[in-house]
Amino acid sequence: MAADLKFAKTHEWIRPEADGRATVGISAYAVEALTDLVFMQLPAVGKKVKAGESIGEIESVKAVSDMYAPVSGEIVEVNAALPNQLETLGKDPYGAGWIVRIKPDDPAELANLLDRPAYEALVKS
Amino acid sequence: MSSSPLSTPLVHWHKSHGGRMVDFAGWRMPVQYSSIVDEHLAARQAAGLFDVSHMGRLAIEGSGSCAWLESLLTRRVADIEVGRARYTLVTSDAGPSSLTILDDALVTRETDAPDGTPRLAMVVNASNRDRVVAWLVSQLPPEGVTLHDRTFQTAMIAVQGPLAVDIVCGLCNSDDATRIRSLGNYRATRATVAGHDAAVSRTGYTGEDGLELVIAADAAVAVWEAIHAAGSPRGLRPCGLGARDTLRLEAGMPLYGHELVADSDPFAIGLGLAVNLDAASGTPRLFPGREKLARMKADPAATIRVGLAFDSKRAAREGSAVVVAGTTVGTVTSGSLAPVLGHAVAMALVARHLAGAGTAVDVLVRDAVQPARVVPLPFYRRLTPRS
Repeated sequence: MAADLKFAKTHEWIRPEADGRATVGISAYAVEALTDLVFMQLPAVGKKVKAGESIGEIESVKAVSDMYAPVSGEIVEVNAALPNQLETLGKDPYGAGWIVRIKPDDPAELANLLDRPAYEALVKS
Repeated sequence: MSSSPLSTPLVHWHKSHGGRMVDFAGWRMPVQYSSIVDEHLAARQAAGLFDVSHMGRLAIEGSGSCAWLESLLTRRVADIEVGRARYTLVTSDAGPSSLTILDDALVTRETDAPDGTPRLAMVVNASNRDRVVAWLVSQLPPEGVTLHDRTFQTAMIAVQGPLAVDIVCGLCNSDDATRIRSLGNYRATRATVAGHDAAVSRTGYTGEDGLELVIAADAAVAVWEAIHAAGSPRGLRPCGLGARDTLRLEAGMPLYGHELVADSDPFAIGLGLAVNLDAASGTPRLFPGREKLARMKADPAATIRVGLAFDSKRAAREGSAVVVAGTTVGTVTSGSLAPVLGHAVAMALVARHLAGAGTAVDVLVRDAVQPARVVPLPFYRRLTPRS
């Protein structure tokens, strides 16, 4: 698993790509905690979000959860196939289970997020 | 409700078997062990094992116990035969024309004491136990009736699903097994299950055939583990509160606090059968709220309980508005994915003239409009009646 992932405390991951965009998904821990996923609502491409703002919803049998933007920026791509194959989130949360791509307003914002060891310590606590 | 959550005798079993513990009605309970959908399907296809020890269990005894409950409950109690259970509402009133529904409950007439004294058992919701007990105690006559809250001395285990009776009977001697197999719905007996004395009833909250067992608290782990060991090879799974809720919803069963609340009209939510306004002889009964209930029956409510079926899996939740042609005509009381059906369902209170099966409605699910249609309840009915 790539070591260049950063994590938000709200369980989203983000990975900067070579073209200046960043890919966003939700952590394996979050997928495991939600279980029984039934629905995902993606944001519109072109939507501008601030860090911490909702970028969509993910619903399990038991509850609805918001997904949050780890950094501020513009949604430039969404994984439109994902809502129809939510099992992908369980199988490959850091690859094929990606959710959106964001063009960050300020790539330095990624430094505010948790690295993998810090995130793993958070979810184990 | 106490500030630190209560635990059932099975709490350590739940924690050591992957139970995700949540606080529910003042109790630390497993919401799920694995997947709610998998647990739900196990109960539909094989058997589900549920710790329902958080439910309140009351023992009511004494020469005057039947007459006393007859004067307090919406169902007739005086004519319950030994070994039968009845679903009832527990009501109080602040005056002759008022009504407060405190809870819904199951009352069982147990075998009389050796000296012939009647004994009744009452199971109430965990969330309402304190106030129901307080109300009942306040109504006790000076003599002839005793009421004991047995919630902490006992445990309650539900085994539900097409294999449930068979699995439990495999842990009984042949006489007890024969008697349990022959129990009709809402019938109860006593038996020795896995070596422990149990009050066994053919009741449940899932829409499946099944049993509920009340046992001594210190027998809970042994009985639970025996059922789990005997049933697991046949597909039995432990089920948490999550599957309990989706099972009862799919089976169209109301839940206190959702479909049924303090000022509900029972006749509008499909619980008219829980109200006996009159004695078997036809003379009016006397119980709290009777006058208000008689008026509710005579003057049908504007909104009634319906089932809603969605095409999508996205569930409406409690409080979602039901809309027809831009006008709000109702409110969702419970909603979820229905695992057997594969789409979302909801129960809702909807204007009577729009409550006919097939009526198309829109439900506001957060910021989205989800189309749905009114369907008959229950959403799911088991195919094979029990043998």
